[in-house]
Amino acid sequence: MIELWIEGVGIYAPGLVGWAQAAPVLAGQQPYAPVEPPKLAPALLPADVRRRTTEHIRLAVEVAGEAVQHAQADAAALWSVFATSESDGAISHNICEEVAKTAPEVSPTRFHNSVTNAPAGYWCMAVQSQAPSTSLSGFDVSFGAGLIEAGVQVCAEQSSVLLVAHDAPFPEPLHRVRPMSALFGVALVLMPARSARSLARLVVSIEPTLHALSRMPDAGLDGLRTGNPAARCLPLLVALARRETAELFLPYVHSQALRVNVQPV
Amino acid sequence: MTPLVLTTFTAVNALGRGTAAVLEALTAARSGLRPCTFEQVSLETWVGEVAGLDDRNVCERLAEFDCRNNRLAELALEQDGFAARVAQAREKYGPRRIAVILGTSTSGILETEHAYQQRDAQTGALPASYRFATTHNLYASTDFVRRYLELEGPAAMISTACSSSAKVFASAWRLIEQGLCDAAVVGGVDSLCRNTLYGFASLDLVGREPCRPCDAQRGGISIGEAAGFALLERPEQAAPHSGVALLGYGESSDAYHMSTPHPEGVGAALAMQRALDRAALAPATIDYINMHGTASQVNDSMEDRAITSVFGTHTPCSSTKGWTGHALGAAGITEAVIAALCIQNGIRPGCLNTRSIDSSFTSQVLLTNQSGPVQRVLSNSFGFGGSNCSLIFGAYP
Repeated sequence: MIELWIEGVGIYAPGLVGWAQAAPVLAGQQPYAPVEPPKLAPALLPADVRRRTTEHIRLAVEVAGEAVQHAQADAAALWSVFATSESDGAISHNICEEVAKTAPEVSPTRFHNSVTNAPAGYWCMAVQSQAPSTSLSGFDVSFGAGLIEAGVQVCAEQSSVLLVAHDAPFPEPLHRVRPMSALFGVALVLMPARSARSLARLVVSIEPTLHALSRMPDAGLDGLRTGNPAARCLPLLVALARRETAELFLPYVHSQALRVNVQPV
Repeated sequence: MTPLVLTTFTAVNALGRGTAAVLEALTAARSGLRPCTFEQVSLETWVGEVAGLDDRNVCERLAEFDCRNNRLAELALEQDGFAARVAQAREKYGPRRIAVILGTSTSGILETEHAYQQRDAQTGALPASYRFATTHNLYASTDFVRRYLELEGPAAMISTACSSSAKVFASAWRLIEQGLCDAAVVGGVDSLCRNTLYGFASLDLVGREPCRPCDAQRGGISIGEAAGFALLERPEQAAPHSGVALLGYGESSDAYHMSTPHPEGVGAALAMQRALDRAALAPATIDYINMHGTASQVNDSMEDRAITSVFGTHTPCSSTKGWTGHALGAAGITEAVIAALCIQNGIRPGCLNTRSIDSSFTSQVLLTNQSGPVQRVLSNSFGFGGSNCSLIFGAYP
C-alpha cells in the first residue's frame, strides 16, 4: 500500500490549459471544449534552450513547472519520475527517416534529445536539481506505472516527488500504427506527510481482482482519457477538482487496476 | 539498507551466452569487440555484437514480439537456468508477487528502421507486416519478459539512457521494501541499431578502434549490445542463492548538459557517495570499482576525478567496456553481473585494450587482471541527460 499527499497539480491538454482553468471544467462547473492549446513556451526554459527542444520536452517542463509553483515546492529538492508511453515520436520519426538513407547525417542535438530521459534532463537543468530522476514507460498504462514508481519513492525513501506523465501524438507514418488523439501532460507534487499545503491524501494499492476502470462523465473528456496514455489520470484529477472523497480504479499493467482512494483536505 | 540477494543472474553479450562464457573471456582477457559489419552501416568502428540473433525467432507463443531486442532478451532468459529459477520463485510467491523492472534505451527501434526502409513510395505508409507495440514501444521488452516468465507483478521499463538497467535495482528495492512484491526480476536489454550507431557518431563519440578506457590516447566508445537479468529476493527467503547481495544504490542528476557530463564529476561523485551512505559503508571497504569508463574523453576524465574525490587514490578501478563494448541501456545489468562474477571468483579485471593510463588520472586504474578476495564492488552507470546511478554489491554468504 502507498500513502501520499498531493500538494500541486499541473495540466496541459486541449481545453485544459493550467489547473486554474481546468479545475472548474473537470469539476463539471463549465463545459469541456477541446480547443487547441496555445504554443508551448515553458517559462523555465530560456529562449535559446527552448529552441533546441521539442514539443514532447516542452510539454513535460510546462506541467512540471506549474505543479511545483502550485505546491510552492523547492523544485531542486524534489525527486522526479517522468512517465511516457513512447518517448519522443517526432524525433523517432526524424532519425528513422535519416538512418534509412545510405549516408545518414543525424543531427547531434536531435540525437541527444532522443533519449527517453531528455525531458528529465532539461527539467533538472532548468531547476538545478541533482536529485534522483527516473524516466519510465508502461505503454498504455504509463501513468499507473509512474504513480507506482513515484509512490514507492515517497513511501520507501520518504522523499518528495514530482510525477510527470506526458505523451504527444506521433507524426505520420507512425501515427497510423500508434494513434493518439491529442497531446496531454500532467504533473503532481507528491509528499510523504500532510502539510498546510496538502490538497488531498491518496492511498494507492494494486487491486487483486479484475475491476471496471473509472471513466469520465463527459464524453469528450472520456475520449481524451482513452486517446492518450498520460490522460488515464483524468478521473483522479476530477476528484481533486471536485474536492470530493472518491474511490477510483486506474489502469495498471497486465490489465490490472490501481485502487486509488482520494480524500481531500 | 536491508540487502537483497541476487538469487541467480545471467548475461548475454559480445563475450558469449551465459555467465560461464563471460567469466571465461574476462579471465582469458579476450575481447568481444569486432569491426562493425552490422546492417551495412558505413561507419569505421568496432562493435560488441551478439552472434546468432539473425538466425532465431522468439518462441512461437510470443511470436508477435519477434525483433532483435526481444530475441536477445529471450536468449539471456534461456541461460544459466534463469527462467527455471524464476519459475521456482513463481511457485513460492505467486505470479503477482514478482515484479519485472527492466531497462533499455532504444528497445526494438531497429524494426522501425527496417520499416522506414520499406515505406510505400506513393503514400509513405509503413509495411503492413510492421508491428509497433510489441517491438519499438519502450515497454515491449518488459512485456515480453514478463509474459515469457509468466509473471504478473508490478512492471515497468526504465529508460534513462546508459543508467537504465542500473536504476532497475533501486526501483526493485523500493517495491520490495514497500511490500508491493516479494521478489523482482531486474535487468535490461539493448540491441544494435542504426539510431545509436549514427547518433553517437554525430556527436564524435564513436571510436575507430576497439575502445581503450582510461587510455591517454582513448578515441571514443565501441557500441555493444547485451541482455542480462537478476532475480532479487530477501536473503532469508532465498535459498540457495548466488552469495552476492545488493548492498546499496545511489542515484543523482548532473543538471549540467544533455550529452556531456559535469567536467568535475559532481553528479557522479554524488551517486557514489549516496550509494555508500545507503549501504552504511566507508569508501575503504570497497575492493574494486567497475567504472562506467566508456573511453570517451570527457566521461573517463570526469569519472576519474569523481572516484578520487570520494575514494582517494588507492581503490582499484577499471572499465570492462574493452571486453563488451558499451551496451547503453543494458550496460548497468551487464556490469552488475560482472561485479557479481568478480565477487564470486576473486578477480579484478583490468582495462582491456588500454596501453597507457591518462597521465592526468589520479585514481588507481588497473591495466591487467588481478586475483584475490573481492568482498565488495561498486559499479557506476552514467547516462545522457545527466542520469547517474551507482550500485554496491557484496559477498553475502
